[in-house]
This record gives sequence, structure tokens and C-alpha cells, in this order.
Amino acid sequence: MTNPPEPIVELRGIAKHFGGVQALQGVDFRLFPGEVHALVGENGAGKSTLVKILAGIYRSDAGVVKVGGKVVELRSPTQAQALGIAVVYQEPMLFPDLDVAENVFMGRHPRDRFGRVDWKRMHREVDQLLTSLDVSLSSHTPVQGLSVAEQQLVEIAKALSLQARVLVLDEPTAALSSHEVEELFAIVKQLRERGVAVLFVSHRLDEVFKIADRLTVLRDGTHIITAPVSKINTEEIIKHMVGRELSNLFPKGEAEIGEVVLEVRHLTRPGVFADVSFQLRRGEILGFAGLVGAGRTEVARVLFGIDRAESGEIWLNGKKVHIRSPQHAMDNGIAYVPEDRHQQGLVMNFSIAANVTLPILQQVSRLGLLDPRREQKIAGEYSSQLHIRSEGVEQLVNALSGGNQQKVVLSKWLATNPSVLILDEPTRGIDVGAKAEVHHIISDLAARGLAIILISSELPEVLAMADQVIVLHEGRVTGTFTRSEATQERVMFAATGQER
Amino acid sequence: MTTTGQEVEPAKQRSRVGQARLPGQVSRVRELGLLIVLLFIVLIVGIQAPRFLSIDNFEQILLSVAILAIVAVGETLVVLTRNVDLSVGSMVGITAFVTAYFFKQLPGINLLLGILLGCALGLVLGMVNGLIVSFGRVPAIVATLGTLYVYRALVFIVAANTTTQVNASDVPAGYLALATTQIFGIPALILIAAVVAVIVGYFLHASQSGRQLYAVGSNPDAANMIGIRRDRLVFAVFAASGLLCGLAGVLWGARFATVDATDATGLELQVIAAVVVGGVNIFGGSGTILGAVLGAIVLGTLQNALNILNISQFWLQALYGAAIIVAVVLDAFITRWVQRTLLSRRKKA
Amino acid sequence: MKRHKSLLISWEALLVLLLLIGVVIGSVLSPYFLSGFNFYALTSNIMEIAIMALPMTLIIIAGEIDLSVASVLGLASVVLGLLWESGHPMWLAIGVALLVGLVAGGLNGLLVTKLALPSLVITIGALALYRGLAYVVLGDQAVSDFPSSFTNLGFGTIPGTEIPWSGLIFAILVVIFVAVLHFSRLGRQLYAMGNNKEAARFSGVNVSRVKLMLFMLSGVIAALAGVIFTARFSSARPDNALGFELAVVTVVLLGGVNIFGGRGSLLGVVLAIFIVAVLQDVLNLLNISGDIQSLAIGLLLVLSVLGPNLARRIQVVITHRRLAAGSSMQS
Repeated sequence: MTNPPEPIVELRGIAKHFGGVQALQGVDFRLFPGEVHALVGENGAGKSTLVKILAGIYRSDAGVVKVGGKVVELRSPTQAQALGIAVVYQEPMLFPDLDVAENVFMGRHPRDRFGRVDWKRMHREVDQLLTSLDVSLSSHTPVQGLSVAEQQLVEIAKALSLQARVLVLDEPTAALSSHEVEELFAIVKQLRERGVAVLFVSHRLDEVFKIADRLTVLRDGTHIITAPVSKINTEEIIKHMVGRELSNLFPKGEAEIGEVVLEVRHLTRPGVFADVSFQLRRGEILGFAGLVGAGRTEVARVLFGIDRAESGEIWLNGKKVHIRSPQHAMDNGIAYVPEDRHQQGLVMNFSIAANVTLPILQQVSRLGLLDPRREQKIAGEYSSQLHIRSEGVEQLVNALSGGNQQKVVLSKWLATNPSVLILDEPTRGIDVGAKAEVHHIISDLAARGLAIILISSELPEVLAMADQVIVLHEGRVTGTFTRSEATQERVMFAATGQER
Repeated sequence: MTTTGQEVEPAKQRSRVGQARLPGQVSRVRELGLLIVLLFIVLIVGIQAPRFLSIDNFEQILLSVAILAIVAVGETLVVLTRNVDLSVGSMVGITAFVTAYFFKQLPGINLLLGILLGCALGLVLGMVNGLIVSFGRVPAIVATLGTLYVYRALVFIVAANTTTQVNASDVPAGYLALATTQIFGIPALILIAAVVAVIVGYFLHASQSGRQLYAVGSNPDAANMIGIRRDRLVFAVFAASGLLCGLAGVLWGARFATVDATDATGLELQVIAAVVVGGVNIFGGSGTILGAVLGAIVLGTLQNALNILNISQFWLQALYGAAIIVAVVLDAFITRWVQRTLLSRRKKA
Repeated sequence: MKRHKSLLISWEALLVLLLLIGVVIGSVLSPYFLSGFNFYALTSNIMEIAIMALPMTLIIIAGEIDLSVASVLGLASVVLGLLWESGHPMWLAIGVALLVGLVAGGLNGLLVTKLALPSLVITIGALALYRGLAYVVLGDQAVSDFPSSFTNLGFGTIPGTEIPWSGLIFAILVVIFVAVLHFSRLGRQLYAMGNNKEAARFSGVNVSRVKLMLFMLSGVIAALAGVIFTARFSSARPDNALGFELAVVTVVLLGGVNIFGGRGSLLGVVLAIFIVAVLQDVLNLLNISGDIQSLAIGLLLVLSVLGPNLARRIQVVITHRRLAAGSSMQS
């Protein structure tokens, strides 16, 4: 080896903020052709922001981006693509009504000498591409029927046909079976041989060890370390990923833990989760840990009546219940704060008061008509209780910060007076200050006798807050720890399906 | 990681927002299905009334739907991009009237000029629609509902200031001959419709822009991401719809000879019926010209059958409505069945 | 967005302004414009559309649409006529007509909620189906032999005033609908559904059931409009109110209701109804035929959406220029 190879992508001093949240700060990063580079970090570490900057969707606030040795300003996805950067997202961006070949070539169909679309050549080239990747798909297959794994393969084929020099895979294995993951890795190895640089964003450390040459750890938007995979082990990686001062978060207060409020026995939804059992007590915080796609939200949805389990039992306060709908769940004292507060948690064009009272309209109306004073009173109570910073309860929620929006969602569900409160990633996308506040609130609620299920992909949060931790991996319970037993390493291992 | 032998698949992808879609292969099934329905009708009715099966009668059917088919071709282009054009009836009406009047006032004029005038008028009206929708960002349903009113009112204004009605005797025979001439024994009207369908159908199949129309309707965000100029394409399809309505208007005047300001009122309903029955997805992204044309033919055959069987024409409207509803319900069931089959096939693999 | 809210309020202010302009022009054109009789003529003509616009507003706010209303009106009308003609008592004929509306709406609702089909296409099909059934029921006949007690409902007025009975019905309905949409639980749920169906569902709203009820309501009200229409023209014909559905949707959109759902108010719709009525009256005074009047309506409709859009684009351009100027001054 004479000269060290030139990086194909080089980032220096990249920073990006959204509202009050600094997503990335002073990030340096280099990607070389022919390497598989893993980007690791917890939720909120800044991985997906980095990816979106590379993809041309976001523009960095500061710093330099170099592609192929030249400084560039990535202004649009089309431009990034033209520079040879291809990104495969978790949700593939394909055209469901068209076949594989057209999806690969949309916008640049091969043409014959008359200028007509050359279907034969298009299908032939795509078939060749797919065969060279050892993929058993036909170019004629309609994309709509493809599984997520197959759709990813189509995206990869598209990237190759675009002569991509960099392929970014954003959490590609989240929705794949282990067999499909093997297939994907075989292709990634091929790409490496072809000199393509692959950026592999993932939580899953076992996969990182299988496929990556080097890895980079991000934490809280900063670059922590970059090292060859062969020179680092799992414990060290985890330490780098989570190594923040736990005292940043509000430590859990003492709550009196009472009788069993909720008992779940062998709950099963085939293909989603299996044999989930646990007990939840009054005043207890039960942490549901695990990776994205482990099935935790799915369990919550069944508890809340949005989906139905095929087998298993749910017992509330000693009585067996069949929860038919969200309204039914609410009547039984179960409340669910969903993952996605934009899609599911809030009506963005509604005021704080209107959002807070949506599930309890009956309580704020007299003779069928809404009583605005009662609405405002209830909204105001929760607003001050949870310290929601706003211009008043009539302000529209889309004007609030993420943290305050989440507090509105919390208020809404607290107003239903539940005995069981399920929180799904309650501090996702919120800045550190608001996070602490939310944790304080959760702790308080437990102290007042609420039984809480805390679903979270952020280890420190789970460890700091939970009395009990249940870990799910691919739909099964792989670990149960009490507060004292739970350590970061143990939980991470169970979450990644490792056997010790 | 698997104890019971059945692999537990991790959380599946979010369900697609909006209506479920049919893969391309099923569209071809749809066209086949339409042919079968056609054959079915032909057989049943043919047994009852043999004169249904005459060449003359088939010609009648095709003649009756030729103009509708031309409009349906334009509507298909619009619907493919996830839009709708409700102003087609008014556009046909105004171009028919204006063209007929033009021929009445200038009897010596070149036939071709008159035809071009009608088409040009349609094109301009269509471009106005396109501007309002793509650059004005007004939802297509609102925009074309408005222009439906405006264009129709324009016909009345023109009629009020010129003549209430153009009769067959007012226009040159050459114009009327457009509708009656036969080339190689086939009425020109049918040939024109066929040529239009073939040209546009070919365009959709063989040109880059045609394929991009499907992309825009199938996943507008993804289309944006790869740099497809959605605004320009949407403008173009509305312009095309207008142009084809112009042509249809010219032919309408030739065929029906007596034209007044109310002609082609309500045509939009028949066009949407033809398009939906023909398997074009109202949410865009899939459907073919062949399907739309077949849809028009099926509906025309139904009408003809009612006539022949002496069933009152009053059943016709009801049948149109039932056909649309049945087509949509069927689509939904087929799509769900296909999705379930694909899902279970994958699970077994 | 606060900006949106203020935009909506100013939309209604704009409508009030338009209405006033219309009234002023009208009174300038004719000394009789402000007379009671003119008020009667102006309002009675539009009552059926006005009545149907009320449930239509709710449906559009909830994120759907019902294009079959005029056909249900026609169907109810012929059923009424048929029953009356064959000797049944009037109350029965009216009752069955209303029932027909309920069932028709129910069918629409089932197809949209249980089978999750797009309401735009389904109700276009229903538009043809119900109109067609009206033709099947009565053919090209018409029933016109109605008792004066009945027809009085259509073109009679409240004794001592010039307010048509239909106007009274409309007023009562407006009060009820305003109470429901703007002051009741159901109304809040409708706005929630139209804005974010998922979030509404996650908050315990039974979206399917509410939508089904809305369509059934729309059907019944359309049938009621059919009864009034029949009484007013003293004629039950299958082509009654042909094409009216477009006018109903236009009036609702003109009133500031967003076609995609989640936004709008009944105040705006009521104002829009009167604006259209006044507009028609003014144009009549100017001797402009009814067919050409729709030019104004169509223009209003397009401008009602285009106007705010363009205004917003211009605002953005101005802001950009100002920012650019600002930064260039700094650098």
C-alpha cells in the first residue's frame, strides 16, 4: 500500500439544530470506498439527522461536506443522488403500482433509437442486476406485493444502477427476519467488493460485528469514537453509547407499591409477539426495554384495544377483560400515550384545551353541549401541574415545543383518570430539560398510585425510572430484571438477543 | 431465537395511507374481466334478441361511445396523476357550440381550420384548469367544479349573443360528414376515437413522461425525491384533457348536428363511470387507456342492450350508478384478497 | 396555526362584506329589493340547497363528501308522489319518503365505513343509482295533484310575515346544526376526525359509527328537502333538483369549509347561502339569465381557494425578499 486511500465522503464540524434541540454538534466523519461502516448510537443520538444531511434532505448549519474529494453543498436529494449517494430508508420510497424494473429506472428509462422506452432492455438490465446480487426477484414483479426486505433490495438495485459510490442503509434490519438479514448481508459484502462505501446505521451490535469493518459511535449529537470493529468489543461500545451521567435524569422517587392492578398472561399475536406475561402493581413503573421492532408497541396496542390478541388473557383488578376498543380500554381505566405524538397523539390544529379534553368530552359537557369553562379549567389544572409553557390553554398545540406537546398528550390521558398508564417513548424528540421534567412527572404519578408501563428504547431512562424491567426481542420476553438487577449491559444483551 | 419453530416476524411496516392498490398484473386481469363481462352481456342479450348480434348494431354501439371514449382518454390521464377533471362536460359543450357556430357563420371556411379552432379552444380551457390546479394549488375537485360552472355559463353567454341553436341546415355538409363518412367501411368517428386511444395509450406505455404520470399518482413524494417535475406534468394532463374535449366537441357538433347551449351537460358523470368501471384507480397510479375505453364500451353496450330488450331507458341511470359502485366494491375485495394471498404466501416461504 | 385561525375569521368577515355589497347593489338597482316580497323570493328559491348544505358541511368537515344528495331528494320526491297518487295519506307518504332518505344515506355510509371505500366515488355512483331509481319509480310521469295544505308548506309563508315555511324549517335546522357542530361533543369529534383520523381514533372516538350516522343524516335531510321541493313546485318528478349537488358543495366550500376536512364553520356556510341568494337576485335584476349566473358562482368558488393561496405565496415571496435584503445589508 503506497498512499492511504481518499475518503469518498468527508464531514467536518457538522452541526444541525431543530428548534431548541441540538441534533448534531461538531461531528467529523470519514467514509472510505469499499468499507462497511457502522453508525451506532441510541435513539436521539443524531444518526438519522446525519443520514438526512448526507441524503440532501437537511442542510447542515455549519461544517464542510466533501464528496469524492470536492467540497459540495448538498441542497437536494436529487443532487445527492447525482453525486453518487444513495439512501435506503426504513420505509422504502417506491412506487407501489409499478414493477421492480420501473422502480429502479423511473425518471431515466433506457430508450431505443426512436426514443421509446426500451422495456426489454430495462427488464433485462434489472434482471442482470438482481442476478448479480444473487436476488431471486424478477424485474416484472409488482412492488406492491413485496415484503419490506424485498423492497429494500429493489432500492439497493436502484442505487447500483445509479452507479452509487455510497450506499446508506438506515436501520435496514429493523423489520427483517434473520433469514432476510443474512441475504442482505451477502449483498452488502458484494457491494464492498465492488468498491461501494456502505454506511450501515443500526442499533444491533451483533449485526455490526458480523458485517462492519469500522464503526462510529454517536451520543447526544457528538462524535464519540471511530474504531475498527476488530479492535473493540460489545461492552466498550455500549459504554460509549450510554455513558452519560445518570444524575442528569431525575432519579425515581420512592413510591409505595401496592397490589397487582394488571396481569397479562401468555398474550400472543402470531407474527407479532408471543407468550408475553407480566404483572403490574399500583405505584409501580414497569419498563419495557428492547430494540425498535421488538414488539413492545404492539403489546400496548392490544392492551389499549386498537388491536386484538389471538390468545392469552388480560386481567384488570382481578377480573378478566376483553378489550374491544380504545373507548372500552378507557372505561376500564387504561390510558395509552402513543409513540408518534403527531400522527396519533395530538390533533395539531386544535388548542391545548381541545386536545386535553378530547377523550373526556362527556365530562366537560352538560346536556350534550360543551362547557368551555370546564374545559379550560381542566386544561388549566393540568397545564400548571405539568408546567406546560404556553400562551394559554387556547393556544394551538402546533405552536408548542416538542416537550410541551408531549406534556399536553400526558395531560390528556391523565384527565381520563386511569389506573394503568402506558407511555410509549414519552421523551422521544424532546430536549434534555423537558425530559427531566417528564421524568419528574412520571415519578410523581407513580407515587400517587398509578400503575405505569414505560416503553422506551433509551436505556438510561429505563434504568433510572423502572422498578421492574422486561426486555423484548423479536416478540418474546428475553429478560426480566428487578431494579437492582438491571444494568445497562444486561438489558442491552437481552435486547439484542444475545445469550451470555 | 425460535422455540416453537414458527419464526416471529418483527413489527410489520405501517399500513399505506389511503386506498389500497392493485398491482399491475391485476389491472390486466381487470381488462380481461371487462371483456368477459362484455361477452356475457352480448351472449345473454343476443339470445333474447338476435338483432343485437348484428354488425350494424355493434357499429351503433361503438358510434354511441366514440365521443365518450375520447373524453375518457383525457380523463384517464388526469386521474392517473391523482387528480380529477369535472369540467369535461362543459368543455365539450362549449367547443361543440362554438365550432358549430363558426361553421355556420363562415360556411366557406376550410374544414380543417374549424376543427383546429375547436381543439385550440379546448386546449386553452384545459390549460386554465391546469394553471389553477398546479400553480394555484387549488384541489382539482374544487377547481374543476368551479370551471364546470364557468365554462357552461360561457356557452350560454355565447349563445345569448349569437344564436340559441345551431341546426343541421346551418352548417356545411362537410362538417356533418365528419360523423358519417366511412373509411374502409368503418365510420370515421370510430376510427378517430380508435386512433386517439392508440396514440395516447402508446404514449403512456412508451414514453418517459407517460411513465412519470404513473409515478406521480402512485407516490407523489417519491416522485418529488427523484426530481420529477410534478407541476409541469399536472399542467400538461389538464391541458391534454382540454384538448381532447375540444376534439370531442368538434365531433359532437358533427354528429348531433343540432347544438345548443345545454349540450353535453352531465357528461362528466358518464366519463367518470367509464373510467372507474375501466379499472383506473381514482387515487392515481394505475389504470390503462384500454381499460377506460373498455369501460366506455361496456356502458354503451348496456345502454344498447336496454334499448334492444325494450327495457325502459329509465333503468340506464340506475345501471350506471350500480356499475360504478360494483366496480369500486369489487376492486376493494380483489385488492384485499390479493394482499392477503401475498402475505400468506410470504409467510409460508 | 394562529395565522390560519385569523384567516378563517377574516374569511367570514369577507363574506359579510360581500353580502353587504350585494345588498347595496341590489337596493340601488331596484327600490323593491329590500321589500319583504323580495326577501321571500330570494330565500324560498334556495331553501332546499340551504337545508342540504347543513349536513354536507358536517360531512366535509369530517373528511368525507356526499354527492348523492340531489338524487336522494329526487327519489324521495317521487316516492312521496307515488304514494300520494295511489291514495295513501300524506303523513304516510312523507314518512316513507324520509325513510327512503335514511336508507339511501345508510347504504352510502355502510359502503364508506364498513368497506372503507372512497366517499367521492361511492357517492358519484349513488348519485346515478338513486336518480335512476327515481326514473324507474315514476318514469317520465309527474305527480302534480297535491292538496293545498301540503303545497302551502312549500311556497306559503308564516302568516303575517314574508318568511317562507321552508325558511322556518331552515332556521330551526340551523340552530340545531350550529349547536351540534360548534357546541357539542359530536361536533368536537367531527373536527378531530377531519383533522387527524388516527389521533381521533386513539382518543376513543368511534369514527365509523359517527360517519355512518352522518351519511344517514344527510340522506334524511335530503329527503326532507325533497318534500319541501315537491310542495313548492307542487310536482313530484324524477328530475327534480337535477344537478343541485354541485350547488350544495359550492355553497359549503364558499363558506370557507376546507375540502380536505377539519376546518370550517356553519356561520360561513349560512353567509355563503345568503350571498348566493342575493347574487342570484341581483343578477336577475340585471336581467342575466340563470344559466349565466352560474358563471359568478363558479368564479367565486375558484377564487375562494385560489385567492388565499396566491395571497400566501405573495406573502412568502415578500418575506424572502425582506430576509435576503436584510442579510445582504449585514454582510
